[in-house]
Amino acid sequence: MALSREQIAQRIARELEDGFYVNLGIGIPTLVANYIPDGIEVMLQSENGLLGMGPFPTEDEIDADMINAGKQTVTAATGASIFSSAESFAMIRGGHVDLTVLGAFEVDVNGNIASWMIPGKLIKGMGGAMDLVAGADNIIVTMTHASKHGESKLLTNCTLPLTGAGCIKKVLTDLAFIEIKDGAFHLKERAPGVSVEEIIEKTEGKLVVPDHVPEMTFA
Amino acid sequence: MSGFNKVVNSYEEAMAGLEDGMTVIAGGFGLCGIPENLIAQIRKMGTKELTFVSNNCGVDDFGLGILLVDRQIKKMISSYVGENALFEKQLLAGELEVELTPQGTLAEKMRAGGAGIPAFYTATGYGTPVGDGKEVREFNGRKYIMEESITGDFAIVKGWKADTYGNVIYRNTAQNFNPMAATAGKITVVEVEEIVEPGELNPSEIHTPGIYVNRVIKGSFEKRIEQRTVRQG
Repeated sequence: MALSREQIAQRIARELEDGFYVNLGIGIPTLVANYIPDGIEVMLQSENGLLGMGPFPTEDEIDADMINAGKQTVTAATGASIFSSAESFAMIRGGHVDLTVLGAFEVDVNGNIASWMIPGKLIKGMGGAMDLVAGADNIIVTMTHASKHGESKLLTNCTLPLTGAGCIKKVLTDLAFIEIKDGAFHLKERAPGVSVEEIIEKTEGKLVVPDHVPEMTFA
Repeated sequence: MSGFNKVVNSYEEAMAGLEDGMTVIAGGFGLCGIPENLIAQIRKMGTKELTFVSNNCGVDDFGLGILLVDRQIKKMISSYVGENALFEKQLLAGELEVELTPQGTLAEKMRAGGAGIPAFYTATGYGTPVGDGKEVREFNGRKYIMEESITGDFAIVKGWKADTYGNVIYRNTAQNFNPMAATAGKITVVEVEEIVEPGELNPSEIHTPGIYVNRVIKGSFEKRIEQRTVRQG
């Protein structure tokens, strides 16, 4: 069975470590905040200028001056700090964020990522995605393994305009956890009940498959 | 009175000197911390052919979006746009030019512009369409593109409190691009919720020192919320 959105978030949450500063992109990455393991402290960075993002406010707490990068009303966690956009991107571009999680349309065997632009469709912009992928060392990309039409999103070469070149090392899809190195995808884990054959079939780029591919666990 | 008094008493005075074809740098992220009354004043003045440097372009009836109605904007330099139908229409009709710029690069372009640094190198955008045609240099084995900084004829800024000398403090995430915008305008106009006397703000807590600021005006603000998200209390 392919992973649900929640399971993808749960699996990513296992990559969190005590004391990590983490930037979560819009969509599935945001859900990771719901699965932070007990007993560890994590601070969420929101690129509009908030380090230490708390939960959504109650009706009484709503403050138009307090939003996240998705423009949603939020609160500040205990110990949070607030700063300018230049300061925020100094943290990101200076490599100070421990883990970045973001979505994508495609990745390829050389660690290239395409996530912001589909030629012929309205282009709204890259927001902070290009800064995040260029600045972070530890990035996890989340996406479905293949399109609705069955076309692989793990490619030899990205077909869409890039968001960043040679910067992605880890990908979690609904089928598999994959690392990228030496010009190939390396299959590390498979979703429960998903066969290695299915993953091979849906991966267009070169895939290195070890003798034993463990099933993913979530807790 | 002091030569440092920056306070003006009308929005006409606040935006005096804005002319067709000028470049305006605006603070704000989404609808948060936008200089909403200064934007409304530009609408009222009808100034045309403007280039705006701003992370976003508002929505159809609020923020910079209202300047699309009479086609006052010629070009947007932004990281994320299109939350408004009119924007999409004018873009597709070729009536509006957009230069999409990564958010961190945009912030740094303003910061560098205000600091007198004409250009800088960044890894952001290397190998992507953003890097096309830009100088590439290698430092310590990694490739970087050169990005040029930005300054504006005007900067329009939303602060929380200012003193009459133009020292400004921002509130919560309404800070965002405002401090960089404030440094990068030939004429920087700040609208705030409260103006106090010099000495009332703690000097250690000033975000934008008055040296960057030419005009300060007190306004009242709608502060519209774009995505109202709540939890049960």
